[in-house]
Amino acid sequence: MSDAVPTGNGGYNFAYLDEQTKRMIRRAILKAVAIPGYQVPFASREMPLPYGWGTGGIQVTASIIGRGDTLKVIDQGADDTTNAVSIRHFFERTAGVATTEQTVAASIIQTRHRIPETPLQEGQIIVYQVPIPEPLRWIEPREAETRKMHALAEYGPMYVRLYEDIAQFGQVTTAYDYPVVVNGRYLMRPSPIPKFDNPKMDMSPALQLFGAGREKRIYAVPPYTSVKSLDFSDHPFTIERWEQRCAICGADDSFLDEVVTDDQGGRMFVCSDTDYCRSRQTGQAAE
Amino acid sequence: MSVLRLVDVTPAAEEAPLLSVTGVSRRFGPQIACRNVSFDLWPGEVLGVVGESGSGKTTLLNCLSARLRPDAGRIEYQLRDGRVAELFELSEPARRMLMRTDWGFVHQNPRDGLRLGLSAGANIGERLMAVGVRHYGGIREAAADWLDKVEIDVARVDDTPQNFSGGMQQRLQIARNLVSHPRLVFMDEPTGGLDVSVQARLLDLLRGLCDELGLAAIVVTHDLGVARLLAHRLMVMRGGAVVETGLTDQVLDDPQHPYSQLLVASMLQ
Repeated sequence: MSDAVPTGNGGYNFAYLDEQTKRMIRRAILKAVAIPGYQVPFASREMPLPYGWGTGGIQVTASIIGRGDTLKVIDQGADDTTNAVSIRHFFERTAGVATTEQTVAASIIQTRHRIPETPLQEGQIIVYQVPIPEPLRWIEPREAETRKMHALAEYGPMYVRLYEDIAQFGQVTTAYDYPVVVNGRYLMRPSPIPKFDNPKMDMSPALQLFGAGREKRIYAVPPYTSVKSLDFSDHPFTIERWEQRCAICGADDSFLDEVVTDDQGGRMFVCSDTDYCRSRQTGQAAE
Repeated sequence: MSVLRLVDVTPAAEEAPLLSVTGVSRRFGPQIACRNVSFDLWPGEVLGVVGESGSGKTTLLNCLSARLRPDAGRIEYQLRDGRVAELFELSEPARRMLMRTDWGFVHQNPRDGLRLGLSAGANIGERLMAVGVRHYGGIREAAADWLDKVEIDVARVDDTPQNFSGGMQQRLQIARNLVSHPRLVFMDEPTGGLDVSVQARLLDLLRGLCDELGLAAIVVTHDLGVARLLAHRLMVMRGGAVVETGLTDQVLDDPQHPYSQLLVASMLQ
């Protein structure tokens, strides 16, 4: 995928990581793809940014990116937020690859908190930055025990949490990082995307990779794999709805951010996916 | 009463014991906690294990309930499908499944057996969800039903047991264990730490449930009064070994071993 010649990028290897590290991570990725939803441990490296800023996602991206790739980085759906800009800039400098803000033009999309509204295509890879990979972590603090629970598919306690939500609030209140079962087997945390995005993961034609740098885990959902959000048969999984449309492009099918516009209580709802919003605006302008 | 109950046991059930224990021993370093214990437990039978603190009662109970691996001996259990399996020869998934469906474990301290941060309903429903029940209404119905059975106000289904009294917590723990219709329940000092009137009520409830559901139970207690009320048969332990076994009334009214005599004699009348 890449060669080891430093190319005027300040003495760094192509895409920052050394080739041995990339091989190690690729091996973990292959294993993760082979067992959908299973968390594969890997020797996460020290990266030039703090844990929690996307070290896992960057390592995965660095291991799979090649010179011919086009990279898109989003943070909360937006291409122009600090995290997205600096990670995009990081790969521009260390790999010299083309970058884009258009979902359709990207071959690799690294993301934090969102899946683009534009449906992903075959051949695309989406890389998620994951803070805590273990879905059972707040239920069972012992790592040995959670691994055993995964091995034996003992996911009852997760349902206890959903039960508790419905009993207390009348609905499941988990709105992001909503637990899913991958391929009918492994319970998985989809990283902190809103549950609005969960249905997009199901049977997606794109390869989905998840990297958790601090927790040193990689997991994956291969293309066309079932991803089912947990629910009760009499309380089916639902996604968020808004009464407004996007104030800029008028979309009624995208995830909306509420933006406070002044201190008089003024607010507007706009698409969180900036590329989607922009493409709709230019489409409208062309008409 | 116990004699009557023993006669009650159906002939089919009498063909094979539910739990068959042979030569179970367990030591902790040089300390022998339990030595060469053997007995059979029949379906629907309540066995009391009595003895002073440190006599190995709890270690024995932990071995029998597969929470602690014995150093020697066999523990054979008759599964629901009639097969007889040695506990520690079963695969771990099978053993864990057994522990949360076919068995119950009532801890002395309800805090060990309950999830205090979860509502009463969730505590009862946990076993159901663990075996794959995915219907919220059904789980809730079962929870309400069991709260009623253990005499807790159904209106408290969404309250956390943190705010329950000791007796209520203990009753909730019992409901949480019985919801999966176990055939065998282990109880470690089920009335320990409760005041006398609450104890009496709990014992009454336990005896009723055991009768109604045909539960087999192993009850560890140092309280001979509890043993007399609940157990059909008694096993007296001392220094890790069983010194006397027999029908409850027989052991309590006519103890043979000097230690049993001492125990009975020191009972408050």
